Amino acid sequence: MTKSPKDDMSAESLDIKAIRARLEKAGGPQYWRSLESVAETPEFQEFLHREFPVNASEWTDPVGRRSFLKLMGASAALAGVSACTVQPTELIVPYVRQPEEEIPGKPLFFATAMALGGVATGLLVESHQGRPTKVEGNPDHPGSLGATDLFAQGSVLTLYDPDRSQSLVQLGEIRPWATFLTAVKSALSGQAASKGAGLRIVTETVSSPSLAAQIQQVLAAYPEAKWIQWDAMPRDNARAGARLAFGEYVEPLYDFTKADVVLSLDADFLASDGPANLRYTRQFASRRRIEGTGEGLNRLYVAEAAHSVTGAKADHRLPMKTSQVDAFARAVASRVGVAGVTGTAPAGTDAAAEAIAKDLAAHRGRCIVIAGDAQPAGVHALAHAMNEALGNTGQTVTYLATPEAVPSEQVADLRALASDMDAGRVQVLLMIGESNPVHSAPADLNFADALGKVPMRVHSGLFLDETAVLCHWHVPAAHYLEAWSDARTLDGTTSIVQPLIQPMYGGKSAHEVMATLTDLPDRSGYDIVREYWMKQPQAGGDAAAFEKAWRRWLHDGVIGGTAHAPKTVALAADWASRAAATAAVAGLEVNFRRDPTVYDGRFANNGWLQEMPKPMTKLTWDNAALIAPATAESLGVENGDVLELRHEGRLLRVPAWIMPGHVADAVTLTVGYGRTRAGRVGNGTGFNSYALRGSASPWFGAGEAAASGDEYELVSTQDHWALEGRNVVRSAHLEEFKAKPDFAREMEHLKLDQGITLMPHKEYTGYAWGMAIDINACTGCGACVVACVAENNIPVVGKEQVQRNREMHWLRVDRYYAGSLDNPDTYFQPMPCQQCENAPCEVVCPVAATTHSAEGLNDMVYNRCVGTRYCSNNCPYKVRRFNFLLYQDWDTPQFKLQRNPDVTVRSRGVMEKCTYCVQRINAARVQSKREERDIRDGEVMTACQSVCPAEAIVFGNINDPNSRVARLKASPLNYSLLAELNTRARTTYLAAVRNPNPDPALPANPGVGGHHATTEHETAGEH
Amino acid sequence: MQVFPKSANNWSRGSIIAGLFILASLGWTILTIQRSDFVTQANSFIEQPVQFSHQHHVGGIGIDCRYCHTAVEVSPSAGIPPTKTCINCHSQIWSTSPYLEPVRASFRDDKPLQWIRVHDLPDFVYFNHSIHVKQGVGCETCHGRVDRMPLMLQASSLQMEWCLNCHRDPSQYVRPRDQITTMGYQVPEGTTQAELGAQLVKAYNIAGVEHMTSCSVCHR
Repeated sequence: MTKSPKDDMSAESLDIKAIRARLEKAGGPQYWRSLESVAETPEFQEFLHREFPVNASEWTDPVGRRSFLKLMGASAALAGVSACTVQPTELIVPYVRQPEEEIPGKPLFFATAMALGGVATGLLVESHQGRPTKVEGNPDHPGSLGATDLFAQGSVLTLYDPDRSQSLVQLGEIRPWATFLTAVKSALSGQAASKGAGLRIVTETVSSPSLAAQIQQVLAAYPEAKWIQWDAMPRDNARAGARLAFGEYVEPLYDFTKADVVLSLDADFLASDGPANLRYTRQFASRRRIEGTGEGLNRLYVAEAAHSVTGAKADHRLPMKTSQVDAFARAVASRVGVAGVTGTAPAGTDAAAEAIAKDLAAHRGRCIVIAGDAQPAGVHALAHAMNEALGNTGQTVTYLATPEAVPSEQVADLRALASDMDAGRVQVLLMIGESNPVHSAPADLNFADALGKVPMRVHSGLFLDETAVLCHWHVPAAHYLEAWSDARTLDGTTSIVQPLIQPMYGGKSAHEVMATLTDLPDRSGYDIVREYWMKQPQAGGDAAAFEKAWRRWLHDGVIGGTAHAPKTVALAADWASRAAATAAVAGLEVNFRRDPTVYDGRFANNGWLQEMPKPMTKLTWDNAALIAPATAESLGVENGDVLELRHEGRLLRVPAWIMPGHVADAVTLTVGYGRTRAGRVGNGTGFNSYALRGSASPWFGAGEAAASGDEYELVSTQDHWALEGRNVVRSAHLEEFKAKPDFAREMEHLKLDQGITLMPHKEYTGYAWGMAIDINACTGCGACVVACVAENNIPVVGKEQVQRNREMHWLRVDRYYAGSLDNPDTYFQPMPCQQCENAPCEVVCPVAATTHSAEGLNDMVYNRCVGTRYCSNNCPYKVRRFNFLLYQDWDTPQFKLQRNPDVTVRSRGVMEKCTYCVQRINAARVQSKREERDIRDGEVMTACQSVCPAEAIVFGNINDPNSRVARLKASPLNYSLLAELNTRARTTYLAAVRNPNPDPALPANPGVGGHHATTEHETAGEH
Repeated sequence: MQVFPKSANNWSRGSIIAGLFILASLGWTILTIQRSDFVTQANSFIEQPVQFSHQHHVGGIGIDCRYCHTAVEVSPSAGIPPTKTCINCHSQIWSTSPYLEPVRASFRDDKPLQWIRVHDLPDFVYFNHSIHVKQGVGCETCHGRVDRMPLMLQASSLQMEWCLNCHRDPSQYVRPRDQITTMGYQVPEGTTQAELGAQLVKAYNIAGVEHMTSCSVCHR
């Protein structure tokens, strides 16, 4: 979608001053969804009152309603005829020789691992007769603990992506592998004399021990050659910080289960772009769960610029520029007894620093100070020193060897490569992986121009991307689900990456491409990986022992005994003097961050991830310049107004998006958009913020912004499916909870006698399925949404359809703000179908397409549905989704392979919704009946539950008083949404409890618990 | 002026009755066609790449159903045997029969046989063999006297009312678990299906009608 003038409806501008005033005024809405909702703009009213916005049902093609009816009249007649015809002939194709463990109709699970940014997540991948369809976390893997992030969920779609490169090409001409080997050989023969002085290898961050060994072997043969690791958002600062503090590269590993107080210095450690985020989220959430009186609740302080997912979980969030965090860290450090550090906190945060330091000091050995990837080395060193001074080392923090085989300074290496290429010192360049330097390299390196001066350029990747098209040779890469490899996670634990399927397009793994530089150029990845591990101490010596060990590794998904042992590290004597202070950016600060859904751009062609609303902004299909409401006021812009953003003399035109809680006078851009060679899905989405970024400060720097006067249509789902302001989300401070544990129920809109109903009363004697969702634990990461899409064959609809409120996600994560505009508290509320016992949708269906099951499920029968949409019109939770158009791709053969065979693929004109993953319930029921027992608690995991790193979603039989879900529902925090409607929803929520520091120096939004919030929506009357 | 003769009254009464009759018979005809073998494709032989005779293998030789349909007790799908299963015997007997050349060719060239599906449920129905077999629904109950079929045919309509007939009252059909693959099963002397069925439904803990007729049991 290109720049388009906004339609008339949104022409009315937002008055931020008025919004702020309304929020500050007592009686204004305590929980608010968006600026539009506070301002009560016409669009918001539209979203609120209508199930679908005006004209949502209009056809987008030029065929008008009248001619459509004419056509339909004819085809309805024909449809009547066709219903009488017999089903088409179907073939059954059995195996010739059936593999031993294969049972047709039953999936198998294989353990493997996916590496992202050099850190592996252990996975169990579901395979239906050789087709990987769904990814689950491996509970035995320390980087997963059973959960996955949304990238791992989305990776299945990338495997089947029809836009992947499908043949080996030389300058656009298809060539056989043998020709490529000859070309490499002749290029290398020219390098022998110079010991490889003109040879360069570019990879992503490599944590694969066997690949690293291969590269080292090549470097040994060509000692003058250089290996450059490049990840678009490198963790250089963290590495440099560790080296600054301890004199060596080490990786801190935190234990959040032991931490009572956590100070995050711009560290988004709960979000899916950080290393070990799944493990940290699991640990952090375990200290956020309220049991009994709420003892043991941890406390989180976050100092950051943009409002991150971690910031959303903070008890105190201190918005400050990224460049001010250093000064703030120094102020805290000097107060917790770090020697040799002095500093004044940025204006207005001094008292906060004092209070936080006091809190940290009161929890010696039971707190954590963690610095983010964007922060300069000095802040990382300060964090390490604080942990040391607070006695956390060995308690909540341990130091390990880095997961990557060879830590390097990636930006410096890439800069050296660019200048070498520019100077003609590079003759052979091999680039492997998805880091796509032509797109992602800092703009000042002029990487593409320099690249053009290399006489032999080879690229291997999944896509014919921006880098590939500038290379002489392109070798299609094998996806991680197609190739043998190995990968380490943050604590050093290594997994064998085992393929689930033969390479779909003849792709070669990184091992196989790297082998072309050796004397044995045509070895298989399997041989290379096995040979490496045969020689390792874990292999057990002889061939028989290795075979046994190898099978165990493949089965378990982890190689026992590969975790790194904690290192004893000591602070270098002069670290403090070498840690240069960061100067605060005086004017506008420009920040660059990984994107929460497309990462560094590698997932740009993944429709599931593109359509996944970003956790904080709920934007889909685009990135934007995130700015504070105050900055929007001073620039005179609102959502969608294009900014002219200048940074180090470069210009980017990018639309603005107002993010409550963003620090003023700063802009945050996520990377990975604006791609031109991503594929049919990703091309032309968003804006290329790499083009603005310089190599001197790849994470943040000074800039300028001005309104350009243009507008761009950004699509956000934040006002879609909005509910009336009736305390949909509920929260309190810990003290309020202690005083009134059932505050959430007190917040009910109207208290009605639940016994009075016109609906037939039903007893549930067998299983009664229910779900409890802990708002306190949920980090809003969205992995559940993508897992639901993957499990339930949910189609991607595209930006234009999302803009019409037609996204098909069965599960959405609603984001609510509470408190002030400039620094609100944030709550996330996952919303699946509530599975009402007294379901309003069922009674209005004229064809009984939605009915009640004996176990309390709200069944949806697609083949009965005639598409009246009465049910969604009558659903108070707005969780039903209608196929306005034929969204499923029924033709592309690759996507047929991807789909879950246990779930119907829906067609046009059919209503659909969350089923509590009834296919999984049925599978468990059949299994239990075959074994003549009851379904065990925890045996049925819905897709959203099993993926959740925070364990925020619990599903089970509420008739079993010992089940986890029944125990959670017995909590005083448990409440039903819109209970006054007496729908008796099976999905209930546990209210959030925050644990703010009572110290008045720390700003906190007032707690809401215990007060009945009256909003103007309510007094305005019922609808 | 009298436009219609007096007999018009009778004509109109008659035509109302005739109209109702025509409507009713039209409805009856449509429903009958809808349930007919023509629409359900039941009771018609389907030519296969190899004219495999269940009559010979089951009725004649007495091979158990599960020798070939190995997954029937554990999987939703009963499983169509891999070529290897055929070759187990046919590498020894009838190993040169021209009739079996497609089977040998499949094994030799590693190319699967392509059978025509006989029992074809719509794709929105999720039938599970393993649970039916476990709960005492015999092969014969749905598939008929396979031991008398020279070529496989669909013995039942496979329509939803046919499924529901059993789901509403399984006691009409369930049999002891050890009789699942029996062809021509008879209720033991001294008892009736109604009596034994009711006992078995209890013993096998078969769910009540409310659960068995819930949509999501078969559709999802």
